[in-house]
Amino acid sequence: MSKIGRFGEFGGQYVPETVMNAVHELEKAYAHYKNDPEFRAELSALFAEYAGRPSRLYFAERMTHDLGGAKIYIKREDLNHTGSHKINNALGQALLAKKMGKKRIIAETGAGQHGVATATVAALFGMECEVYMGAEDMERQSLNVYRMNLLGAKVTAVHSGTSTLKDAINEAFRDWATNIEDTFYLIGSAVGPHPYPTMVRDFHKIIGEETKAQVMELDGKLPDCVVACVGGGSNAIGMFYDFIPDTSVRLVGAEAAGRGVDTHEHAATMAKGSTGIFHGMKSLFLQNEEGQIDPVYSISAGLDYPGIGPEHAYLHASNRADYVDITDEEAVQAFEYLSRVEGIIPAIESAHAVAAARKIAPTMQPDQVLVICLSGRGDKDVYQVARYRGIDLSE
Amino acid sequence: MNRIDKKFAELKAEKKKALITFITAGDPDFDTTENIVLEMERQGADIIELGVPFSDPVAEGPVIQEASLRALQGGTTLVGIFEMVKSLRQKTQVPLLLMMYINTIFRFGKERFFSLCQEHGIDGVIVPDLPYEEQDEICDIAKAHGVYNIHLVAPTSHQRIEAIAKDSEGFLYCVSSTGVTGVRQQFSTDFGPFFDTIRQYSSTPYAVGFGIATPEQAKEMKQYCDGVIVGSAIVSIVAENKQQAPQAVGAFIKTMREALDQD
Repeated sequence: MSKIGRFGEFGGQYVPETVMNAVHELEKAYAHYKNDPEFRAELSALFAEYAGRPSRLYFAERMTHDLGGAKIYIKREDLNHTGSHKINNALGQALLAKKMGKKRIIAETGAGQHGVATATVAALFGMECEVYMGAEDMERQSLNVYRMNLLGAKVTAVHSGTSTLKDAINEAFRDWATNIEDTFYLIGSAVGPHPYPTMVRDFHKIIGEETKAQVMELDGKLPDCVVACVGGGSNAIGMFYDFIPDTSVRLVGAEAAGRGVDTHEHAATMAKGSTGIFHGMKSLFLQNEEGQIDPVYSISAGLDYPGIGPEHAYLHASNRADYVDITDEEAVQAFEYLSRVEGIIPAIESAHAVAAARKIAPTMQPDQVLVICLSGRGDKDVYQVARYRGIDLSE
Repeated sequence: MNRIDKKFAELKAEKKKALITFITAGDPDFDTTENIVLEMERQGADIIELGVPFSDPVAEGPVIQEASLRALQGGTTLVGIFEMVKSLRQKTQVPLLLMMYINTIFRFGKERFFSLCQEHGIDGVIVPDLPYEEQDEICDIAKAHGVYNIHLVAPTSHQRIEAIAKDSEGFLYCVSSTGVTGVRQQFSTDFGPFFDTIRQYSSTPYAVGFGIATPEQAKEMKQYCDGVIVGSAIVSIVAENKQQAPQAVGAFIKTMREALDQD
């Protein structure tokens, strides 16, 4: 890191003046509490007792035999409370918000997993909660919308732009700029102005730390490859971070290629993006030659984002991590595959990581270990996948 | 001498307040934009900001968001805006600013962008998502081309006001209140202490914007500062009147000018 809040050239704090002071306040508060023994103890207790950590590392025996290459483990973030890794960061930031005396939490959500996690922690801490969600995503993920309402959150539809995740982030920023004094913006991915990318990564790095210890205990060595899906990149950076110094471990991010990277309907930022400055950070973005942000597409609402977290941009630029493209079709096949072969229905986001693993594992040796970060469970995606397969489940 | 400095010197000599106006370039088309600029100047606007449309304008309220979208759908590009400015400069010496997001400058190429500003007569830029701490991104290059980088301060800037105000060039853009651009019925900011701090430190004249839409508001705000900035109110008139907007905007500007000039 070259200076605070930077990963090489990426990162920074490109936000409107109105929110700059709040960003500084957050930076100061986080710098203080991340080393505060009481804060850490409280968060550890919440992770263990409320979220259900540590999450299991499961040996996928049938998948391993079927693919005939590396030994495959699945890191079961889908078994966390609320059904995805998102609860780690939501608990961390909400606890910080409470310490900072904030009464109201806002969040953006794509697939709804982060919105559900945020609504959950807001209920837990007795805070007011408003979640911004693209109108199109609300339709794709109506179950999660209802879930957020059940948890007492207000879900506000965003109709501007492409009505998806990036527009929800725009709207959350506008809300924050308006209600800056009492509101905490709980960003759900490793994106945004510093300190968000670092803070979100820190709250998720437990994924990689646990994985390392679990593989070490089971196999007495480090894994050879870890695979995670990337939209903004929160579960991936959480899985990767502890392994970055272990250069023998290959880090692979699976991004959403939608209908293919050679079409205009994908969200493959690493494959097709270029450096830009947006949503508070310098990073890679899908944009045209005039710097207008491209509309993006993926079957997965959670990966449907035209940018990527700055630390991933840096890992990519420095060749520490590899990023591969997975199409809708490959993701849906992996969704079906894991359901049949292991009895685990993955989130359509996580199915991108499963799809990447299906390509990589057979190229590896039986004494090598590959870990898939299964970031979320797939109940929410059953309707969507059925529709993709031409089956109408509605009454 | 930068046209902005010259304008403020003239206004000071005449004991007048600056009327700074904003429209989105290319909404509804370049010819209309050009005519609105000329008509605004004729009716008493002192400095004119041209909004460069961006796909995701996070600092804007709905009125300017929609104008950006219309302009983009109409095919507005930065190259096109520079062509329009070139044409405008044959007709007027009114100070012209571009209000735009940092990604547009970054992607266009900073050197290329500021060279074109200098060549075509853009006097300054306002970049709402480039806070003081990230000014390094453009400040040297802007300076090298004689283009002012207008700083913004907000009531929430608190202890950072001093540093930002001391470093201002052209004028200091004071954001009236929290939130995004757009019409406000009333302001909750305690203007007295906010502008006392600014007055103490600002190295340039300072003007207030965000939410100022009526002659009454302009009259109320002028006691605090050297000028007022009006944006969304004008953009609404453009949206309503389209190609007939120059006249309608001109009539509105006239009422704002009169409000500022009254005792």
